Parts: sequence; C-alpha cells; structure tokens
Amino acid sequence: MSKKKAVTIFFAIFSSLLLISGCSGSDGVSGSGEKTIEFMHLWPEGSSKQHNEIVKEIVADFEADNPDVKVKLEVLSNEQYKDKIKVLSTSNELPDVGMTWAAGYLEPYVDGKKFAPLDDLLEGDLKDSFVSGIPEAYEIEGSTYGLPLELNMATVFYNKKIFEENGLEAPKTYEEFQDAVETLAKNGVAPIALGNKDRWTGSLWYMYFADRIGGGDVLTNAINRSSSFTDPALVSAAEEVQNLVDKDAFVKGFNGLSDEEAKSMFMNEQAAMYLIATWDLPNYTTNEDVPQEFRDSVGYFPFPTVDGKGETNSYVGGPGVGLFVAEDSDVKEEAKDFTAFFVKEWGEKSVTEAGVIPATKVDAASLDLPDMYVDVLDDLNNASNITLFADVQMNADVAQTHLDMIQSLFGKEVTPEEFAEKHEEALSK
Amino acid sequence: MNRVMSNKWIIGMYILPAFLLISIFIFIPLLLSGYYGLMDWDGIGAMKYIGMENYFNAIQDGLFWQSAFHSFMLALFSAVSLIVYLAISLVLASKIKGSNLLRKIYLIPMLLSSVAIAQLWIKVFNPSNGILNSILVSLGVDNPPAWLAEPAVVLYAIFIPILWQYAGFYILIYYAALKNIPESIVEAARIDGATPFQIAFKIKLPLIMGVVKVTIVLAVVGSLKYFDLIYVMTGGGPNGASEVMASYMYKLAFSSNDFGYGSAIGFLLLIITLIVTVVVRKVTASKEELQY
Repeated sequence: MSKKKAVTIFFAIFSSLLLISGCSGSDGVSGSGEKTIEFMHLWPEGSSKQHNEIVKEIVADFEADNPDVKVKLEVLSNEQYKDKIKVLSTSNELPDVGMTWAAGYLEPYVDGKKFAPLDDLLEGDLKDSFVSGIPEAYEIEGSTYGLPLELNMATVFYNKKIFEENGLEAPKTYEEFQDAVETLAKNGVAPIALGNKDRWTGSLWYMYFADRIGGGDVLTNAINRSSSFTDPALVSAAEEVQNLVDKDAFVKGFNGLSDEEAKSMFMNEQAAMYLIATWDLPNYTTNEDVPQEFRDSVGYFPFPTVDGKGETNSYVGGPGVGLFVAEDSDVKEEAKDFTAFFVKEWGEKSVTEAGVIPATKVDAASLDLPDMYVDVLDDLNNASNITLFADVQMNADVAQTHLDMIQSLFGKEVTPEEFAEKHEEALSK
Repeated sequence: MNRVMSNKWIIGMYILPAFLLISIFIFIPLLLSGYYGLMDWDGIGAMKYIGMENYFNAIQDGLFWQSAFHSFMLALFSAVSLIVYLAISLVLASKIKGSNLLRKIYLIPMLLSSVAIAQLWIKVFNPSNGILNSILVSLGVDNPPAWLAEPAVVLYAIFIPILWQYAGFYILIYYAALKNIPESIVEAARIDGATPFQIAFKIKLPLIMGVVKVTIVLAVVGSLKYFDLIYVMTGGGPNGASEVMASYMYKLAFSSNDFGYGSAIGFLLLIITLIVTVVVRKVTASKEELQY
C-alpha cells in the first residue's frame, strides 16, 4: 500500500514540476563568450521563397564575418507574426532584432520603450544609403526606431491582351479610364480585380482619388490634424469611389473577396486591371512559377489624373517592413551591427534575387534587370510625392475606423459625407 | 484501496495536476482578463487604472450589442437545427439500410479543421466562380447574391457552414443515446400497437431528454463564444455585418490595440454566457426525471 502511495505522490510532484519548468524563460547570452542574436522575420519558405533564402544567405555571411556571434532565426507568416510580436512585447521577451511597420504601428512600441533608437546607425554606417525621406516614416519625436527594407508604390497593373481585344489603350486621363471601364463592363469582362475583404486594398483607390483631387498632402494633413477630414476634396474622392462602384468597375462581390482571391482573378485573366503596390512586381517579371505568356501580357500605368487635376507622378506607397532592435536586448551592439549589415546586403540581394525594390538606393545601370522593373524604378526616382498608406499613417484605433469605413463606402452603406464625418470623429478623439 | 481513496491527502494529490492545469490555463487568465478590463492598456506599454470605464463603455457600445445580437441569432439557429439532427438520428437509429455509412458521412465535417472548412466554403460562396452561384445561374437565377459581400445575407450565409460543421457531432450524440434505449421497451410498445411516430415521440424522445438538454446547452454556449469560421471567412465584415462577440473582442484587442477594452468585452462575454447557461438550464429543467 505504501508503495502505491509513493508512486502516486511521485507522479503528482512530477507533473507539477513539468508544469513549472515549462514556464521558465531562456536568455540571449550563453556561456562561453559566444553571443546569440534572436531574429524574427515574416517570410516563410512557403509563401516568400526568395525572401526567405536571401535572409538565410545574409545570416550565413554575417556569421562568417563574426565568428563569435550566432543568429537564431524564427519565422512566422504575416498575421501570426503581428500577434506574436505583441504577446512577446507584453511579456518583455521581444527578439533582439525583428520586423516592424512604420508610423502608427510603431507608436505604442516606442511609447512603451520597447524599441531602441537607431539614429547612430543612420548617422554612421548607413549614412546616405537610403532613398531620401524614407527612413522618416519610422521617426518618432526626432529619433528613428526602424530601418526600412522595402519601398513600395501602388500602380495599376493591366492585362495588355484583354485591353487589345477590346480596342483599348492604357488610359492617361480619368475620362479615358472611365471609358475603358465602361467598354470592358459592356463586353462582359470584369474591369478591376479588388479584394476588399482586406480593406486596405480599397483604401488604395480612395487614397489615389484624394491625391488627384486634393493634392499630395490633403490626406496626410487631415490625419495629422493640420486640417479637417471634411475637406471637400476628401468628400468628393469618396464620391468618385462610389461612382466607380456604380459603373460595375469592380469584380462581383469584392467586399467578400480577399486580396489573394482578387490577385488570382487578375492572374487568371478574369479581370483586366489590378491596383497593387510594387511588392507584386516579381509576379509580372521574374517569378518562374507564373507562365511567361501571362508575365509578357502585363503592363502598368500610373493612376490617371482626375478632371485634369493632380499629377501622375504623385504616388501612394511608402516603406513596407523595417528592422527594429529591442531596447532591452542583451546583445544590443551586436544586434545593431547585424541590422546595419542586413540592410546593406538586403539592398543588393533583394534587387537581383527577389526582384523587389529596396529602401536603399539602387544602382540600376550596373545590373541586368527586367524592363518593367527599370521603368518602375525610374518612376520612383521621378516621383514628386509618395503618400504613406493611410492605415499605416493612422494609429491602430483610427486605422480600424478608416478600414471599416472604406468597406462601407465601397458597399454603399454610407454616404461620402458620413464617411468623412466618421473619420473626423475618430481622428479628433 | 478503499482506505487510500478515503484519505483526503491522496484525493488532493490525484486532483492536484488537473487542478493546477485548469487554474493556470483557465481560472487565472479569466480573473486576469477581468482585471485588464479595468485598465487603459494598448497591450504593449504601461497600464493605467481607469476603474469601470471600459465596462460602462461596452454596455453603451452599439457595435458590441450588434455583435451580441448576431451571436444570439447563431445560438437560436443552432438550437433550432438540433430538431433536424434529432430527426436524422431517429431515422439512422432505426434499422435502415446503409445507416452505418451515412453516420460516417455525417461525421466527416467534424474531422476537418475549421480553417479548412472555411477555405472550402469561401470557394463555394465565391460570387463569380463558386459552385453555389454556378448552380443558381444554371437554374436560371439572374443575379445571385455575392454571399459573403452583402450585409443582408452574409450572416446567414456563414451560419450554413457553422451548422454543417457541427451536425455530425450532435447526430453522433443522439445516435448513441438512442442506441442505449433497451430494445425490450420499444418491443413492448410495438406489441401494444404503437405506431412508429408514437414510439419516437412517446418512448424514445422522453428517454433521451437528458441528453437533449445537454446538447441544447452545448449548442447555445458554443454559439455564443463562436469565433473561427467567422474570423477566417469574413473577419466580421463587411463593416461588422457578420461580427460576433468573440470576433469583436479579438478585433479590439489585436487590431485596434485596445487590450483593456478587449478584455472587458471578453469578460462580459463570459458573464453573458454564464447567465444564458443558467437560464437555459432553468427553462429545460423538468420536475421529475422520467422512469420506465
């Protein structure tokens, strides 16, 4: 009997111990002078193969240069990454280096003193290596907390073959654009692929109308409160969106489709146009998984002027993800070195190997690049203005209102006036 | 052995591991989320105590009550659909050909993960290429709705896969309960000249009433805290038309960065579910359990 009792007690204690040991944390610095940098990124092998491989190469190069430093990788996909980074930050377990988004996303982390300022890198190692004005998106109260990796701008990609079949050309003015939409709709072709379940996709359309009608800074000013969201230009931009919806410009049921679904409609030639940022460029240039025939039939044009207003070289876009260094990292110096190293190598490798546009300056002349890539790069260099994505500019709470309102606007559940008022309400809170 | 089981210390030891697990993963987080509900907290920086403000705001929040209404609609639909499941089980449990195979077919949705089901139904509901609209068009329907994009239909469209997902589970439970009824009772009724309907409603149903009550509670509570398909298929959209309490809570905490308010909503969700559970049990309680 007492033996049984002993076994019972043993198991009870054992299982309790298991529980407790599961909760203990681990630390960055290991014993023998060797240091470990934890690096978390969001390019899994499955969905971002080229990005994933570049990261591995850069890490291998860095470890070769710094034999006493190891880099430990953790990879998550986009949405899971966002959730995990938040939970880690709450429990003070942020990785030494990780990825962040600009402006509004960054704010709570900077307020909570979770990210380290990286001004010394910008002044030192990386001086003049970024496209001007881009690191500013990561600046809060005079310090920069993230180093951008990607640079994006939204343009309208279109299917040249479908356009030809319907006797159309890439539109330069909004009248021509409307004609194209009407002709396509009349001939039974879905004019524009839009996945507005994700909502930021619709926001791109709205932002372009605002830019063309009211100029490059009208939206930014409304968001930073130097003017009001009830500005007539912002209201008439909302009207134009609804006019476009009335013309059946967007694929059926766009409010229930994800961006992925919309993209596959465009790539399967079921829709003629698709407004997306240049992170999609590889799909139309170098990605071998996409049929050559389709890649050859894709062209792009900048968003047209509206009623003669606006400039076609003003873009919606901005930096995508950037790197942060955790404020309470045990290996802060090494982490900073790694960040600088990463940004530099990324600038070279991302162009040639992934076909995306980095936030650092690109020497296009010396590289063999696809024509469309070179054209986009030229446009970018000649851009008069790049307005940062609205939902990135706003803080998280306002961004939710904006995104929900975009969906309602496209679904015609609110009037343009209500749309503007709701924004004003959320922004002035 | 009896002496071992009467020793309070031993009983405690047996309970301890499960008790620790449940405390750490359920009770302590529950209390913590109630506590976070008292804070103004973005989930990242420092917390600030603001008393009951989040709870008062939630009670006046139209969007919260709208999502609560959607949750209750789902609970109502799930509870009503139990009648259909019961009918199916009654048929399956009577000796018909192929009932074994049918039972397994009904159970298949249970074996799929929610995200897989969501992806499947997203394809079914696709407004231009989906199987549902293709069938409707070939039947001559001119302009079939874009199921997941129209605020008027999206909630009901999304109920279909949710009900479909759990049908097998309830059918299995009813089937097992019905199979437990002693054959002799049914036999006796038949000899007394009872029709199949009388046997079903007067003999079988009263005998499995206990199980039915449990399934009603399960269906209602499960619906009130339902999250997964809605999150994957619509994210609560368009503009909140398919938002339920749990998805609203998630949105506030993780998308709006308002952990304090999200926690308050979560705690209210708990309270609402508790109240409803008690009410359902009260309503379905009978004075005496049937005995044959």
